[in-house]
Amino acid sequence: MTDARLPIAPGTLTDERSDLGGELRTVGMVWERELIRFVRTRTRILSSFIQPILFLFVLGYGMSTLVGTTEGFTFKKFVFPGIVAMSVVMTAIFSAISIVWDREFGFLREMVVAPVSRASLVVGKTLGGASIATVQGSIMLVLAPLIGVHLTALLVLEVVGLELLMAVAMTTFGVFVASRIQRIEAFQVVMQLLLFPMLFLSGALFPLKGLPAWLAVITRINPLTYAVDPFRRVVFAVQHVPPAAAARFSTGVTLFGYSLPISAEIGVVCAFAALFLTLAVAGFGKPE
Amino acid sequence: MATACDQAFRPYAVDTLHGDCRGMTLPPAIRDLAPGRPGLVGDPALEASHLSKRYGDVQAVEDVSFQVARREIFALLGPNGAGKSTTVKMLCTLARPTDGTATVAGFDVRRQPKAVRRRIGLVFQEQTLDDQLTAEENLRFHAVLYRVPKIEVEARIRRVLDLVELADRRRDVVSTFSGGMARRLEIARSMLHTPAVLFLDEPTVGLDPQTRALMWEDVTRLREEAGVTILLTTHYMDEAEYADRIAIIDRGSIVALDTPSNLKAMVSADTVELTTADDPIATARLTAAGFRAKLGTGNVIVFTPNGDSQIARLIDVAGVAVTNVHVHRPSLDDVFLHFTGRQIRADHAEHVLPMRMRARARRR
Repeated sequence: MTDARLPIAPGTLTDERSDLGGELRTVGMVWERELIRFVRTRTRILSSFIQPILFLFVLGYGMSTLVGTTEGFTFKKFVFPGIVAMSVVMTAIFSAISIVWDREFGFLREMVVAPVSRASLVVGKTLGGASIATVQGSIMLVLAPLIGVHLTALLVLEVVGLELLMAVAMTTFGVFVASRIQRIEAFQVVMQLLLFPMLFLSGALFPLKGLPAWLAVITRINPLTYAVDPFRRVVFAVQHVPPAAAARFSTGVTLFGYSLPISAEIGVVCAFAALFLTLAVAGFGKPE
Repeated sequence: MATACDQAFRPYAVDTLHGDCRGMTLPPAIRDLAPGRPGLVGDPALEASHLSKRYGDVQAVEDVSFQVARREIFALLGPNGAGKSTTVKMLCTLARPTDGTATVAGFDVRRQPKAVRRRIGLVFQEQTLDDQLTAEENLRFHAVLYRVPKIEVEARIRRVLDLVELADRRRDVVSTFSGGMARRLEIARSMLHTPAVLFLDEPTVGLDPQTRALMWEDVTRLREEAGVTILLTTHYMDEAEYADRIAIIDRGSIVALDTPSNLKAMVSADTVELTTADDPIATARLTAAGFRAKLGTGNVIVFTPNGDSQIARLIDVAGVAVTNVHVHRPSLDDVFLHFTGRQIRADHAEHVLPMRMRARARRR
C-alpha cells in the first residue's frame, strides 16, 4: 500500500498542534456557509433592504420639511451616510443571530466538536456576517444619486473599507452576545435593548453637536459613534458643504474638548472589535 | 503479526514498532475508510477508568470503568438520566471528567482532546445538520473541519453517500429530508473522516421501526467494511441486542457488563410453558421431581436452565400427554429488571423529540 494515498499523513495527527492551513480552510468554510445561507433566504435579503430604505425616506423626507435646507444642503444628504451605516450595523448584528439558530438546530454542536480551534469558527462566522453586511451597505449606495450625494471611485472604496470595519466590529459584538445566550427570544430582547439605543445615540440620525451634557456623555461612550463619524466625514469630504451647513450638520467627535482625528476614531473601532473578538472566542463552545 | 494487522486496519501503520503492517494490502473500500490510530495494535479502542462527572450537587456519572476492543459494538444501556450521555460526552471531550481518565483511540481525553476529536465520529440524539444546506454541502463542511485532504473529499463523499444509499439526494437541501434520511446522512457524515471510534448517542430516538432497521444495517455494514469501533447508548432493549457487549448503567454507575447472552444467562433460567392433558397432575409430578414448576392458566410453567435440552425430560416426568411446548428465553428487559430492580421504560420516546423537531414545532 502506498502511504502517499493514505487518508491522513502519519505524524500530523499524533499531536495537539493545529496547522495554519487547516484553520484557514475552516475559516473559509464557515464563511462560505454563511454566504450560502444568506443567498438561500430571500426573505431575509428583502427585509434587510426595506428597513433602511424606509428610514431613509421617512426620516430624509419627513425631517427635511422640519429641518429645512441650509444653503442647498438637505437633511437627506446629512442622514444618508447614517442610514448606510445603520444598514450595515443591523445586518451585521442579525447575522450573528445565526449562532443562536445554530444552537437551536444543533449545528453548533457539529462545529464545536470538530478538531478545530474555536477562534477559527468565530473568525469565520464574523467574516461571513461582516461580508454580508458590507454587501448590503454597499448596495445602499445606489440610492446616492437620488439623494443628491456625489460619489467618486475613491469615496466608494473608502466607504466599503469603513463598512467592513464597522461590520466586523458589530458582528464580533453580536457573536459575543449570541454565544452567551441560550434562547432566540433572549437574543431579540437583548438586541432591542442594546441595538436601537446604540444606533439612535451614535450620530447616525442627528448631529452630535449641541446635545444636553448627559446625552453627550452617552454618545461618547457608545462605540458606534466612532464607527459612524468617519463614514460621514469621508462622504462629506467630496460633497459641496456650504459653511453654514457644515456648522449645522457638524462632523467629528470631540472628547474632553479635543477633536479626534479620523485615525483615532478608527482605532477605537478596531479596539472594540478586538475586545469582543477575544471575548467571543473565550465564550464559544467551551467544554462542560 | 499478520493477524494483528488484520484486526487493526491501520491505514497509516508507520509506527516504528509495527512498520511491517505497511506491506499489507487491503481491499480499497476497507483501506480508504479504515480507522487509524497510533499506539499498539491490540490496545483497546477505548478505555474508561474510574470516570466520574459531577454537575453541582448531581453526581451524573460515578466511577465508570470499561474497555472496548477494536471493531466491537458496545452498548451503554440505561433509562434516561442514567448517565449514558454524560459518559459519552466525556469520552468525546465535550465534557471534562471531574475524576478518572479515559483514552480514545490511544489518546487521553483530557490532555489530547484534539487528537481524540480527529479520530471519532459522533451522531447525537438531536440532529446536527444544517438543513438549509444540501447533503453535499453538509458533507463538505465536515470534510474541511476534519481535515480530509482536498483530493480525497469527492471520492469519500461519494462513498459515504453510497454507504447509506443517499447518493441520489446529494444535491437536495436537507430540510426536504425525512427524519430517517437525515439521521442516515449524519451517520454518513460521521464516517467521512474515517474515525476509529463511532459514538452513537440514542441514534434511533424518534425514528420509525423501518428506518431504525435501515440504520442498523448501515451501522453493521460500517463495522464490517470500515472496521470501525462503535459505542452506542440506548434505552431500547432490542437495540442493545445488536451489541457485542452491553454495559447496563443505572444512576451513574455500571451495574452489569457482559455479552447479551451471558447477561441473560446470569439473570434467570428459561421459562418453559407446557400445555398438557392434565396440568395439575403434571405440575405435581414435575415439582416432585425437583423442578421449579407452577400451574399457569391453561398450562404448566417450569423455570429451568437450558430449557431447550430439558424438553424431553420434562415431557417424560410430566407423564401425561403434552400438546404444546414453548421455551421462552429471558429478554434484556428481564436482565434490566434483575440488575436495577426497575423496568426500563422504552415508551417515552415522545418526550425526547430531537431538538430540531421541537424548534420546528415552535416555528409553525
